[in-house]
Amino acid sequence: MSAIRQRAGGLPGGLGRHRDAVAAVVLLTAAAVLPLFYSSASGFIDDAITALAFVVMALGLNVVVGFAGLLDLGYVAFYAIGAYTVGWFGSSFFNALNGGQGVHIGVASGTANLPGFHLNFLLVLVLAAAFCAAGGAVIGIPTLRLRGDYIAIVTLAFGEIIRLIAVNGDEIKIGSYMLTQGRQGITPVDKPNLPLLGQFTSLDLRPWYWTVLVLVAIVLFVNFRLRDSRLGRAWIAVREDEVAAASMGVPLVRTKLLAYSTGAAFGGMAGAFLASYQNTVNADQFEFSFSIFVLAMVILGGLGSIWGVVLGAITLSFINTNLIPDELAPRARDVFGEGFDLTELSFGIFGFLLVIMMVLRPQGLLPERRRQAELTEGLATDEAVYDARA
Amino acid sequence: MSTTDAETAAAAVLEASGVSKVFGGLVAVEEVSFGIPERSIVAIIGPNGAGKTTFFNMLTGLYKPSSGQITFQGKDITARRPDRITKAGIARTFQNIRLFKTMTAVENVMVGEHARMKAGLFGSILRPPRVRREEREVRERAREILSYVGLTDDVMDTVAANLSYGDQRRVEIARALASEPSLLLLDEPTAGMNPQESASLTSFMRRLRDERGLAILLIEHDMKVVMGVSERVTVFDHGQKIAEGEPTEVRENPRVIEAYLGKQG
Repeated sequence: MSAIRQRAGGLPGGLGRHRDAVAAVVLLTAAAVLPLFYSSASGFIDDAITALAFVVMALGLNVVVGFAGLLDLGYVAFYAIGAYTVGWFGSSFFNALNGGQGVHIGVASGTANLPGFHLNFLLVLVLAAAFCAAGGAVIGIPTLRLRGDYIAIVTLAFGEIIRLIAVNGDEIKIGSYMLTQGRQGITPVDKPNLPLLGQFTSLDLRPWYWTVLVLVAIVLFVNFRLRDSRLGRAWIAVREDEVAAASMGVPLVRTKLLAYSTGAAFGGMAGAFLASYQNTVNADQFEFSFSIFVLAMVILGGLGSIWGVVLGAITLSFINTNLIPDELAPRARDVFGEGFDLTELSFGIFGFLLVIMMVLRPQGLLPERRRQAELTEGLATDEAVYDARA
Repeated sequence: MSTTDAETAAAAVLEASGVSKVFGGLVAVEEVSFGIPERSIVAIIGPNGAGKTTFFNMLTGLYKPSSGQITFQGKDITARRPDRITKAGIARTFQNIRLFKTMTAVENVMVGEHARMKAGLFGSILRPPRVRREEREVRERAREILSYVGLTDDVMDTVAANLSYGDQRRVEIARALASEPSLLLLDEPTAGMNPQESASLTSFMRRLRDERGLAILLIEHDMKVVMGVSERVTVFDHGQKIAEGEPTEVRENPRVIEAYLGKQG
């Protein structure tokens, strides 16, 4: 109890915030030099890029679930929208555009002759963020009058709707164009060409790594700034007691929609990045389990806890891309026979991990002080406890 | 009677006319007309379930009235959103304290200042000088308001849940004052207080009216508080206004006695 009191006292612009800033600079710098110790196309950098993209997603979702307390089970929708932004504006998908000449803005000479839309990756990122912010508002509106589990159901449905549109998009025609390429996928898509880093290739992974690290830095910055702001306080207020928040002058609709949109924008940016990195936009990527995967990162790390979520995202991502397929799967094959594929049980393993977490440490690996107080001191309203468990 | 009604209407900061609220088949509040003069302290009393809190919730926008009209400082605020009503100048506290429990006292009051602040999404992220200044001012003002309501410095950064009951009540009033209201609604502010605490809250209400020019509407069960502080008393029973007037005349009113004590043989 006294610990909470002290830490709460240290908040206003004091030690707490400085410590976060110093930690961020140190960690980001260390992360920036890390790839220099590995070969330019090593498996480690590949896994690290994926992990950092998940950090961006998880920190985006953290704004919605952790800060504002709105359980979102359809976050994959923003991965999809972000990815399709690359598919539409960074590939030859619209091949008849401009009489087959294509439209090119700020791209390298290699892509400048290809048909279709080809925008510079930075523009694509901005578009992805904008589309997803709008999409976030769209998913937000029907949930405004709902609470707790009902929000979860509506967001889940939204994620599925987007997935089904993606899967069946080859049947949806706009003029002579299909909306998506369905399960075939839009491939190839443009690789970024950025100032300083030049043209990205699949042989040198470092530029990808640094790019996604910059995205991580941005989303970290936004998370920290928003947490200690007028909007951040309003989110906590709404999370704890909507009625009291509204009565104190917090506009509920606006406050919630801003949470959805901010979170969605980062999901979109990470989605656009991943699509470009994986060189394909395939409807099969946008499964419901992806939403759960990102949510699990947030919960594992600690709802609302920025460093916790970073840790949760990196941990789960490495378990998924490295530990299970490279370390555990061969051993499981030795034990259970050649036909046994442990990677197919990945989500079972994650589920098991979450159950263990909920029993041993429900507040997450690096808990946020408010959530900690809610869970350990019983301060929470029933609803907040529900959210923390979900 | 009709002349007094006209008088209150003239200088009323808040005016409710023919306000009703029906939940399903249940009439919780029926055709209540009611005015609060500027810089006055007005009390609503009545037995449990008389519709007092429902009436409060309509004034603050938490419930939409089924019929009737509410005007505040000459503007129609019927069925407006609660945050808009707060911004217009009505603030409230709750019967069962509803502080943001994991926030400190100062942070709670800062939420109360939300409507007066300007920082938006991008302002909060980029934090330009004007936003920094606003944050600092709002934080300082929160501390000022807290010491005005009598909270000591050493507990201002304590999370609300760890505050004593009396301090929680104080913080709730401070949070309401933070929006700079011209009308303050207090829902059973002395519930759970001992006589000394009630007495000091009573004198604090007078101070608020005199120093800050506030009008105060309170729901109260403690007759000592009601009789001591309010200039006018309105009595609710079964969703209807059954009496209104000065404390002494209301106390003598046979319908009021009946509502409280039951029909006398």
